[in-house]
Amino acid sequence: MFGYLIKRLIQMLLVLWVVSLVVFLMMSFTGDPVFMIVPIDATEDQIAQARRILGLDQSLPVQYWIFITSLLQGDFGQSYVFRQPALSLIVERMPATVEMVLVAMLIAVVVAIPLGVYAGANPKGRLSRIIMAGSLMGVSLPGFWVGMVLIYFFAVYLGWFPSSGRGETGEVLGVRTSLVTANGWHHIILPAVTLSLATMAILLRMTRAGMMEVARQDYMKFARAKGATRQDVLYKHGLKNALIPVVTIFGLQLGDLIAFATITETIFSWPGMGKLLIDSIYRADRPVIVVYLMLVALIFVVINFLVDLVYTLIDPRITLK
Amino acid sequence: MSSFVQSEFFHNYTRSTSAILGSALMVGFVLAVTAGPFLVSQNPYDIAGLNLMDSYKPPFWMDGGDARFLLGTDGQGRDVWASILYGARISLFIGLVAMVASCVIGTFLGLVAGFYGGIIDSVIMRIADIQLSFPSILIALFLMSAVGTGVDKVLIALTAVGWVVYARTVRGTTLSEIKKEYVQAAKVAGLPNAKIIRKHVLPNVMTPLIVIATIQVGTFVLIEASLSFLGVGVPITQPSLGLLIKNGFDVLFSGLWWTSVFPGLAIMALVFGINLFGDFLRDELNPRLK
Repeated sequence: MFGYLIKRLIQMLLVLWVVSLVVFLMMSFTGDPVFMIVPIDATEDQIAQARRILGLDQSLPVQYWIFITSLLQGDFGQSYVFRQPALSLIVERMPATVEMVLVAMLIAVVVAIPLGVYAGANPKGRLSRIIMAGSLMGVSLPGFWVGMVLIYFFAVYLGWFPSSGRGETGEVLGVRTSLVTANGWHHIILPAVTLSLATMAILLRMTRAGMMEVARQDYMKFARAKGATRQDVLYKHGLKNALIPVVTIFGLQLGDLIAFATITETIFSWPGMGKLLIDSIYRADRPVIVVYLMLVALIFVVINFLVDLVYTLIDPRITLK
Repeated sequence: MSSFVQSEFFHNYTRSTSAILGSALMVGFVLAVTAGPFLVSQNPYDIAGLNLMDSYKPPFWMDGGDARFLLGTDGQGRDVWASILYGARISLFIGLVAMVASCVIGTFLGLVAGFYGGIIDSVIMRIADIQLSFPSILIALFLMSAVGTGVDKVLIALTAVGWVVYARTVRGTTLSEIKKEYVQAAKVAGLPNAKIIRKHVLPNVMTPLIVIATIQVGTFVLIEASLSFLGVGVPITQPSLGLLIKNGFDVLFSGLWWTSVFPGLAIMALVFGINLFGDFLRDELNPRLK
């Protein structure tokens, strides 16, 4: 176990290193950040000086060395636009994204698992077919378009929900979140529902596939032979095993939700780190883009690691090597 | 042809409502896109054919609607239905070309990795692993933010995202194929590796790719739409369905819903059709489920 942890840790660092290299190279080959810094009427000398300050007069390997050592020292650079440390800009906006992702995940799980279990237990039923068609629709719709339609219908037409923004926030354990105010919940429902749809569809299909898979196992036949009813066998013996693969997907979906939050936040003007990324891309605010990507890479690597750990906890057949 | 009509595949197809609906949606979409310019009187890119007096007309069944513009018009007096037909061409073109490119590159890398093994295999598969730990949309978004907008750049970004799934699948099947006797026999017969791979291994690893390729066109259309909606996809001179939605979104709050809702329905029709048909193919081509 300890050996495994060390090995995984080294792997994680390796992935992060590769990501840093790719991000650095892509960013170096595109555009010249000097013109983000200097005024429009800057002289040649001023441009050269700015270039020196940014370290752009150095060779690529040296630039990368400076980049990676300052990252490791916790210096993530300044935003060209806000003239603030890029890291704190992102960290400030993180709670908004995290709360939206969590609510979306909650909605997805609450809807998908029961429907998936039902559709898996009664694969030929009429209702199951409707559920499955609906879930296929869920993965076929562009998420941003659904968000837009929801805004039009529920915000513009019916006026039930606000169309944008985060609403009031309260403070819990030093984190500002909208999950503690009624107004905050009022604002979060539409974006969270939008974000949850794709995940909901995927979880539903996984749960159904899991239920259908376990129904074919020998222990199910054995339980039936003992005289247990079909429903009893399905829900008491089957469900637990059917949900094992769902847990893995759950972790991976968390990553997808963070990625898709960039789009949802843009539509709903939700002040999270995803919207910051998109805004920074428009403004070519390179330091913010770099820090966002490194931070998100770290989050993904940690999520994948946790998923592997949880997997071994719930499925004793799997051992860590 | 008659053997195809009598095949189990065709028999199951005629009995599957979802497969028929799925392929009907796909075929309908392709036909509409191909015949597009002949179906509409207006070329939405031809500024001379536009009249600002026609701007923001609602669909024909609403008050103020105009029979010339079935689904209404946008701010430049452009027919929404015509824009959709022209935009769907760009969306479908990008999805298909990026799929073919991903398939060719991924299959090649997967064959090489599986056949030769060793360091080549490790390098290719580690890159694939790292890439798979990040959502495609994020990688594509990052690449687009670095290289800027353009149809060619979207194609590059999608291909960079899409090759992995082919490489992994092909590598897996290649590994099990090269242990089989026909490959061993070809080796003993002294055939060059390139020929063994092309003539013997490749045909046997293709089947699982059909499903992946089908579904991927839909995925690519969705990713391209998302990128264009965010403004980092296609340029405004080549508006795909995603960009049409973005343009419509800007006027949504004035109640002008038709410029964005209909292009979205078009995307849905295509991707839903692809997914329906892809699901059917997966069940048919997977011998384990039979």
